[in-house]
Amino acid sequence: MSGIPHDHYEPKSNAEKWLDSRLPIVGLLYGTLMIPTPKNLNWMWIWGIVLTFCLALQIITGIILVMHYTPHVDMAFASIEHIMRNVNGGHFIRYLHMNGASLFFFAVYMHIFRGLYYGSYKAPREITWIIGMLIYLLMMGAGFMGYVLPWGQMSFWGATVITGLFGAIPLVGEPIQTLLLGGPAVDNATLNRFFSLHYLLPFVIAGLVILHIWAFHTTGNNNPTGVDVRRTSKEDVKKDTLPFWPYFVMKDLFALAVIMVVFFAIVGFMPNFLGHPDNYIEANALATPAHIVPEWYFLPFYAILRAFTGDVWVVQIASFITGGIVDAKLFGVLAMFGAIAVMALAPWLDTSSVRSGKYRPQFKWWFALLVIDFLVLMWCGAQPAEGIYGIIALIASTYWFGYFLVLLPLLGVIEKPLPTPATIEEDFNAHYGKGGSNSSDAK
Amino acid sequence: MGKENTVRIKTLILSAATAFALSTGVASAAGGGSGHIENIDFSFDGPFGSYDDYQLQRGLQIYSEVCSACHGLQYVPIRTLGDAGGPEIPMDRVRAYAKENFEVFDAELDDFRAATPNDNFPGSNLENAPDLSLMAKARAAFHGPYGLGINQLLKGFGGPEYIVAILTGYTGKEKEEAGTTLYENTAFPGGWIAMAPPLSKEGGDVEFTDGHANDLHHVSEDVAAFLMWTAEPKLEDRKFTGLVAVILMALLSVLLYLTNKRLWAPHKYGRKED
Repeated sequence: MSGIPHDHYEPKSNAEKWLDSRLPIVGLLYGTLMIPTPKNLNWMWIWGIVLTFCLALQIITGIILVMHYTPHVDMAFASIEHIMRNVNGGHFIRYLHMNGASLFFFAVYMHIFRGLYYGSYKAPREITWIIGMLIYLLMMGAGFMGYVLPWGQMSFWGATVITGLFGAIPLVGEPIQTLLLGGPAVDNATLNRFFSLHYLLPFVIAGLVILHIWAFHTTGNNNPTGVDVRRTSKEDVKKDTLPFWPYFVMKDLFALAVIMVVFFAIVGFMPNFLGHPDNYIEANALATPAHIVPEWYFLPFYAILRAFTGDVWVVQIASFITGGIVDAKLFGVLAMFGAIAVMALAPWLDTSSVRSGKYRPQFKWWFALLVIDFLVLMWCGAQPAEGIYGIIALIASTYWFGYFLVLLPLLGVIEKPLPTPATIEEDFNAHYGKGGSNSSDAK
Repeated sequence: MGKENTVRIKTLILSAATAFALSTGVASAAGGGSGHIENIDFSFDGPFGSYDDYQLQRGLQIYSEVCSACHGLQYVPIRTLGDAGGPEIPMDRVRAYAKENFEVFDAELDDFRAATPNDNFPGSNLENAPDLSLMAKARAAFHGPYGLGINQLLKGFGGPEYIVAILTGYTGKEKEEAGTTLYENTAFPGGWIAMAPPLSKEGGDVEFTDGHANDLHHVSEDVAAFLMWTAEPKLEDRKFTGLVAVILMALLSVLLYLTNKRLWAPHKYGRKED
C-alpha cells in the first residue's frame, strides 16, 4: 500500500498462508498499521485520530438516537424530549452527539490549518487534500441536516435560510430548492429527506476517509519540515521514520485522552453552551426568530455569505457585467462556496518551492493573519448583519480570498525561503540529541 | 400519541406562535433589547451543583397554584416528580397529586379521566401562554461581552435568571394595543409583555406549610429552579457521569503519557530501554 520501502507482512502459519492466498486482508491491515511515519511529527499531527474517533462516536451515538427518534414534523421535537427524559442514558447520548459535532468541526479546522501551514496540500499530496475538502463539504452537509432534525426554531429557520440560497442560482436554482425541500417550503418532506441523508452521509464520509488514508499512505505523511522521507533503502527509511504502531498510536491516543477530558467536561457540565437556546422552542413557521444564527462551525462562511451586500462595488460591477443575473444574493452564495473552492485549489495556487511554513519568513505572518481572519469571520457571523459588523466582515472576507488568490501565488516568487534540513533525521536529532540516530539498534 | 392529543399540540403550537408574534423579538437574540439581568447563585450552578429538593417542591406548589392556570408542562411526565435528582416526592403523593390536579383525555376510553403518574403534565390552557417545560433552556440572559459568550461560560445561559427577571420585572404600567392589555416589564424584549403580573409585588401569593419565605423574590427563584428541573431533569445524572468520565480520562491521560514517554525514550535521547 505504501510507496515507502518497508517490511511487509509474511504469513507464517499454514492458516495464515491459507487466508493470505485467498484474501490478503491481514497484510493490508499490517501494512496500514506499520506504515513508516516521519519521526519528527509534532502535536498538530494528532487531529487525524481525533477525527476518526469523532466519526465513530457520531455514527455510534447516532444509530442509538435513531432508535428513539421520530422523523415527523408533529413528533420530532417531542421525540427528542422523550430521548432526554425517558430513554435510559438518552440525555447523555444526545449531548455526546450534539457536542461530538462541535469536536468534529474543531478538529477538522485544526487539521485543515495544520495542512495549510505545513504545506501538506502541495505535490504530491493534492489528491489527499482534495478528498479532505470533499470530506469537509460532506461534514458540513451532515452537520447542517443533523441540526434540522430536532425541529426547533433554529432547525427550521436555518433550513429555510440555507435551502433559500439555492434559489438564488439563475434558472436551475428554484427547481433545485424545491427538490431539496420536497415542496414549496420547509415541511415534513424536508425533514424526512434530511433525516435520510443525515444517516447516509457519515458512511460516505467513512468511505472517503479510507481513500484519504490510502492516498497519504502512498505519498507518505508530510511532516513539520516538509522534507521527504529518504526512499533510497529500507535502512535510510528507518533513520527518518518509526512505524505508526506503536509509536504514533500511543502518542495520538494520549492526545485523544487529554482532549476527552475537555470534551467530557463540556458534555457533563455545559452541554448547551455551544448550542442556541431557540432550538429548545419547537419549530414554528409563523414566528421568525429575531436573529437566525447557524452553529458556530458555519459562522465564518455564513459571514462571507452576508458580507457581499448590494452596496459593495464588486457586487455592483458583477451585477452590471452580467446584466443583473448576479445580484447581491447570488454573489454572496458564490462567495461562500468560492471561499471553500479557493482553499481546495491551494495546491495549484501556492507557487513556493518550499513546503513547510516554518522556512518561509513572510508566509508565516500572512498565515497567522489568516488564522485571525478566520476567527474574526466567525465572530462576525454571530453578529447582526449591520453597521460596523458588515464592514469588518467585508474586509475579513476580502483577506480570505486575497490570501489564496494573491498572496499564495505571489509569495512563492518574492519570498526568499530559509534553508531546510537535509533530512528528517537531522531535524529530529537537532531536537533530541544525537543518540536518536541509532534508534534502529535500540529495538 | 392520540389524534386528539396531536390536534391539541397543534393548537398549542399555534398559541405559542401568537404569543411569539406578539413579542417584538426572541429573548435569546444577541443584543435583543432586554434589560439587565442579574446573575443568581442557584444551587444547581457549576460542575458540582445539584437541585435543592425542597426548593423544587416549593416550585411545584407555585407552578400548580399560580402558573398552571394558563401554562402547561406538556413534555414532563408526572411520575418524574418522584425521580432521584428531582423534587423526590414519594410515589403515593405523586399519585394523589396527579389525580387531584389534572384530567387527561384517554383515547381508549374516548373520555377524560383523572391523570396518573404515567401521564405527562397537560399543555397550556391559554391561547398565548407558552408551554413552560423547556422555558429555562429556551431563553438566555447572558450573551456578551461583544457577543463572545464569555458571560455564558461563567454564569450559564441564564434561563432561570431570565424567568426570575420576568417575574420581578413588572413596573406597574399598562397599555392597550389592538385590544390586548400589555404590561411593562424591564426584562422582556421590547419592554411590553402580554402576561399580567402573575405574582403580587407584596408577595404572599403562595403559603408554604413549612413557613418558608414567600416574598416575590423568593417565590420567583423557587419557581425558576423548578422550571430548570422541568427543562433539564437529568442534570444531576449528567454532571455525575461527566465527572466520572473526566476523572477516568484524566487517569488514562497520565497512563498514556507515561507509556508514550517510555516508548519514545530510546529514540529521543538514545537511551536504551531499561
